[in-house]
Amino acid sequence: MTTEALILAAPPARRKVLRREGTTGPVLVVVLVILALWYVAAIFMNWQGVTDAFSRAGEQHTTGEILLGTLDQERPVLPAPHQIVAELKKTVFGIAITSRRNLLFHAWVTLSSTLLGFGLGALLGIVLAVLIVHVKTLERSLMPWIISSQTIPILAIAPIIIVVLGSIGITGLFPKAIISAYLCFFPITISMVKGLNSPDLIQRDLMRTYSASGAQIFWKLRLPASLSYLFAGLKVAVAISLVGAIVGELPTGAQAGLGARLLAGSYYGQTIQIWAALFGAAILASILVAIVSSVERIVNRRMGVRPA
Amino acid sequence: MLKRVTNEWIGENGMPATLAAQGAMKEPASPPVVAIKGLSLTYEAADGPVYALSNVDLQIAEGEFISFIGPSGCGKTTLLRVIADLEQPTGGDIHVNGVGPEEARLRRDYGFVFQAPALYPWRTIQKNIELPLEIFGVSKAERREKASKQLELVNLKGFENKFPWQLSGGMQQRASIARALSFDPKLLLMDEPFGALDEIVRDHLNEQLLKLWDKTGKTVLFVTHSIPEAVFLSSKIVVMSPRPGRIIDIIDASVLGRDRTLDIRETPEFLKIAHRVREGLRAGHSYDD
Repeated sequence: MTTEALILAAPPARRKVLRREGTTGPVLVVVLVILALWYVAAIFMNWQGVTDAFSRAGEQHTTGEILLGTLDQERPVLPAPHQIVAELKKTVFGIAITSRRNLLFHAWVTLSSTLLGFGLGALLGIVLAVLIVHVKTLERSLMPWIISSQTIPILAIAPIIIVVLGSIGITGLFPKAIISAYLCFFPITISMVKGLNSPDLIQRDLMRTYSASGAQIFWKLRLPASLSYLFAGLKVAVAISLVGAIVGELPTGAQAGLGARLLAGSYYGQTIQIWAALFGAAILASILVAIVSSVERIVNRRMGVRPA
Repeated sequence: MLKRVTNEWIGENGMPATLAAQGAMKEPASPPVVAIKGLSLTYEAADGPVYALSNVDLQIAEGEFISFIGPSGCGKTTLLRVIADLEQPTGGDIHVNGVGPEEARLRRDYGFVFQAPALYPWRTIQKNIELPLEIFGVSKAERREKASKQLELVNLKGFENKFPWQLSGGMQQRASIARALSFDPKLLLMDEPFGALDEIVRDHLNEQLLKLWDKTGKTVLFVTHSIPEAVFLSSKIVVMSPRPGRIIDIIDASVLGRDRTLDIRETPEFLKIAHRVREGLRAGHSYDD
C-alpha cells in the first residue's frame, strides 16, 4: 500500500474515533487534571502546617510522612478531594436525616427558602417584564431602578432586609426568600423583556391586519415567542436564588441551612466542613438547573421547536 | 371535493366568479374595491423629506388581479401597506370597500400575505391557519372545518400537524396564503410573496395562485418586481417609479384571458405586454444614480 492510499484511508477512521471520544473522553481528562492540580495545591498549602505539627511534637519525620500528613489533616488549609468526599458521605449517610449534623437537613432548609425565593423572583421578574414591554413610561422609569438594584452588594442589603422584616415580626424562611428573590428576578426580567420584544415586524404586522387586541397579541404572539428567552433567564436565576438563600443565612446567625453550616465551619476552623457545604450547594444548584432544563425540554417539545 | 369548494364561493357572489370579474372589468357597475385619489405619503429622513408616494390615483374593481411592479423605492409596498392601514398617508383620499382603510381593517376586509411566510413557529400548520379565526372568536369546530378547507385549496392536505420548519419555503408560503384566506376576506393583499423562492417553485406557485383566484373570485393586489410574474398573473399591471413614488402606467392584460398556463409566456400577446411593462419601467427610471 502506498502512503497516499494510507492517507486517503485514514480520515474516516479518525473521525469515527473522535466522535466516540467526543463526550466522555475530554470531560474525564479535564476532571482528572483538576483533581491532580488540587492534590498538588493541597500538598503545598498544608506542608508548613504538617512540619510545624511534627516539630511541636518533637518527632522525627520523613518526607513521605509529611506528604501523607498533608492529605490527612483534621483542619487543613486546603482539604484534599477525598477528605471532602468522606465528609459528604459521613454527614449525608452516616447521620440520621433529622439530626442537625446531617448535611441534607441543612440543604433542605436552604432549598426551601431558595424555592420560595425563586418562585417570588420569577413572578416579580415576569410581571415587571410584562409591564415594561407594555407601558412605555415604565420602561424609562423602572429600568434604571432595576439595574441599580443589582449594583448594590447583596451582603450590604441582606442584614437590612432581615432587620426590617424582623422588626415587623417576620422571621425565618421568608426574609431569606426575599433576599433570594431580590437577586434572581433580574435575569428573568431582562431575558423576558427581550423575549417579549422578539417577534419581528412581520409577525406583529400580521396581528395588526387581524385587528387583534393587546391581550390577544400578548397571549398568542409575545408570550409564546418569549418562552425560550425566559428559560435562559430562569436557568441563571435558579442558581442565583440559591446563592441568595445562602447569603441570607449568613448575617442572621441562622441555626440551620448551608449558609449556617459555612459560618459555623469558619468559626471553628472546620475547613473540611466548609468545603463539604460548598460542594453540597454546588450539587444542589446543578440539580435545580437540571430540573429547569428538563422543564424547558418538555415545553420545547410541545411547542415543536426544531431539535438542534 | 374541490368542486364543492368552488360552488360555495360562487354562491357567495350570486353568479359565477369569472362573469362577475369580467363584468366589473368592462364597466365598473359595482363601486370600486379600492378607490385612491391624490394619495401621497411623505416622511422626514435625516437628509430631507422622502416622497414615498406622490399624487397616486387608482381605481380597482371587484374580482381583478392587480400587480404593482417597479424598482425598489417606488412605493409599491408602501401603497399596499396604506391600503392595509399598516401605514398612514400624509395626503389624499383612500377608500377600501367604500370605507376608510382603518374601518376596512377593523371589519377584516382583507387578508395580507407578507414577503416572508411569518408562520408562528410554535404552532402547527393547522393552528397557524386557524390563528385569525381564533382571534375573531370563531368556534373550534368551525375553525377546524375552515382550516381544513383552506389546506385542501393550497394542496397542503396531510401536513396539518407539521410545524413550519418541517415544510419547504414554498409550502410555508402556501400555508400563509391559506391563513390569509381562512376567514374568507373580500380582498387578498400580497407583498412580494414569492420573492424569496427559486424560479421553479415560483412558476408552480404562480399557476396555483391563478387557479385559486379563478376559484375564489377574490380581488387580488399583488406586489412584485418580476415582469413575467406580473404579466402572467394580472388582469391589470400598475407600473410604478421611484423618487417620488408614483404610477406611470396602467396596463390592461385581460386579453390574455383568465385561464392561463405557463405556456402563454411564449405568445406574442404576452411578450407585447411584457415589453410595454419594461418600457414603462425604463421610462420611469432615473439614470442619475
